[in-house]
Amino acid sequence: MTISRDAVVDWIKAFADVIAVNKDYLTELDAAIGDADHGANMHRGFQAVLTKLPTVADKDIGTLFKTVGMTLVSTVGGAAGPLYGTFFIQLGSATTGKLELTMADWQAALEAGVNGVVMRGKANPGDKTMVDALIPALGAFKAASASNAALPAALRDAAQAAEQGMLATTPWVARKGRASYLGERSAGHQDPGATSSHLLLKAAADTWADNSGNVG
Amino acid sequence: MKKLINKPEDVVAEELQGIAQAHPDLVRVSMDGPFYIVRADAPVQGKVGVISGGGSGHEPMHGGFVGVGMLDAACPGAVFTSPTPDQMLEATKAVNGGAGVLHIVKNYTGDVLNFEMAADLARAEGITVEAVVIDDDVAVKDSLYTAGRRGVGATVLAEKITGAAAEQRRPLAEVAEICRQVNANGRSMGMALTSCTVPHAGKPTFELGENEMEIGIGIHGEPGRTRMPLKTAAEITELLATPILDDLPFKSGDEVLAFVNGMGGTPLIELYVVYNELAKICKGRGIKIARNLIGPYITSLEMAGCSITLLKLNDEFTRLWDAPVKTAGLRWGL
Repeated sequence: MTISRDAVVDWIKAFADVIAVNKDYLTELDAAIGDADHGANMHRGFQAVLTKLPTVADKDIGTLFKTVGMTLVSTVGGAAGPLYGTFFIQLGSATTGKLELTMADWQAALEAGVNGVVMRGKANPGDKTMVDALIPALGAFKAASASNAALPAALRDAAQAAEQGMLATTPWVARKGRASYLGERSAGHQDPGATSSHLLLKAAADTWADNSGNVG
Repeated sequence: MKKLINKPEDVVAEELQGIAQAHPDLVRVSMDGPFYIVRADAPVQGKVGVISGGGSGHEPMHGGFVGVGMLDAACPGAVFTSPTPDQMLEATKAVNGGAGVLHIVKNYTGDVLNFEMAADLARAEGITVEAVVIDDDVAVKDSLYTAGRRGVGATVLAEKITGAAAEQRRPLAEVAEICRQVNANGRSMGMALTSCTVPHAGKPTFELGENEMEIGIGIHGEPGRTRMPLKTAAEITELLATPILDDLPFKSGDEVLAFVNGMGGTPLIELYVVYNELAKICKGRGIKIARNLIGPYITSLEMAGCSITLLKLNDEFTRLWDAPVKTAGLRWGL
């Protein structure tokens, strides 16, 4: 079972749609503990990605991911731009030259992407950031993979772990980013970055696990 | 919202066009690709290029400090939003005169991450880049549990002093070290009397009652240490100066540069009232104000309020501060 190049494009497009639908929700979450621009910034970035995608649709998956990453870096701004940009650039480095991804390929790419975000943002688990959704998701995917689960099940496990990680951020006090200036006042709010990261992995599961036309 | 704008989404681009029209002798404004403002004669061969950047809305910082003796380039982001690495990369290439480039970065997560990516990209193209992060705001607890102190007033002083060192053709390592030393010896704290309105948000960033003020405010309207009933200028100056003086600490016999900054909506008459109080406090502690700067230089749109920055001077800082500068925002000796 593999993920085709077309399926990768479908995932990016699906996530752009999810961001468009959740733009105001993400911005509301950010207004509570940040600077009220996460939804708008992500939306601007992924709309730019949508216009860029056709120019690389016939390239390898690595080039596709790198193009997404560089586009985000130059259009999102704030902290999310370099963080999501790095995530996709690292996915691209891990998938250079590939026209389809095996389960092991996706695991290696996801690991590279998550590590890239951790290195760029220097956040630890529990700091109330996107890392709190991404690290559990990677762990769940690896665990599923190690127990010989099929790709759709592993993708579902990863998305669920991301959701639990996202929900867990609510009572925490932020220790990174603008929310950290609020100290105790940041508790009681779900982290917007962890929320968009959950949406990203949920879109992967929804696109690749449920649409058998994309995964062959 | 009452503002002198056309459309909120055009404010930054139209401001840059205005700067280009007003100061062609000082700067060029690049708007074909990623936006940046660069010194008219860039790149200056053999000179370290000094770049800064950040969200717009703090004018004259940073674009108004581009010119001889200060910044070689500035990268303006959207209002209160970090610029992106492609802007910083293009600006870095535009000012690279072969002696390397210094990035002066205010300590906000977005600014730091975007400048780090830009430095990686520039190094990949063979340009030597160093970065110094400015974090002088004593209102924020500097601990493992926050993103650290914010970069505020000391940024203006660091850009002037560092730019003067670069103008003397000193090598990159030395220029960067001077910048780090300015940051290490500068401390700031601000306060707000009113909120500010980001054009695309259309409503005030925070609410402040008619008789309230926020002590320790950030330059984007971030909450400060405390909200309290309005006090006199003497009491407010004391509230700002004491944490600054205690933090470094400044001691009797020190010479300082005292910078009383307007947040954008406060007139000079009030800033001089604050300066008068600050001078009394410094005198009382045996601290000599050897240089000063008074006016709106690092602003927060139309916010009313002020910040105080004290920089402990040494002979080198004083000489570099006095060196000629010719920018839209600061100009002397040329």
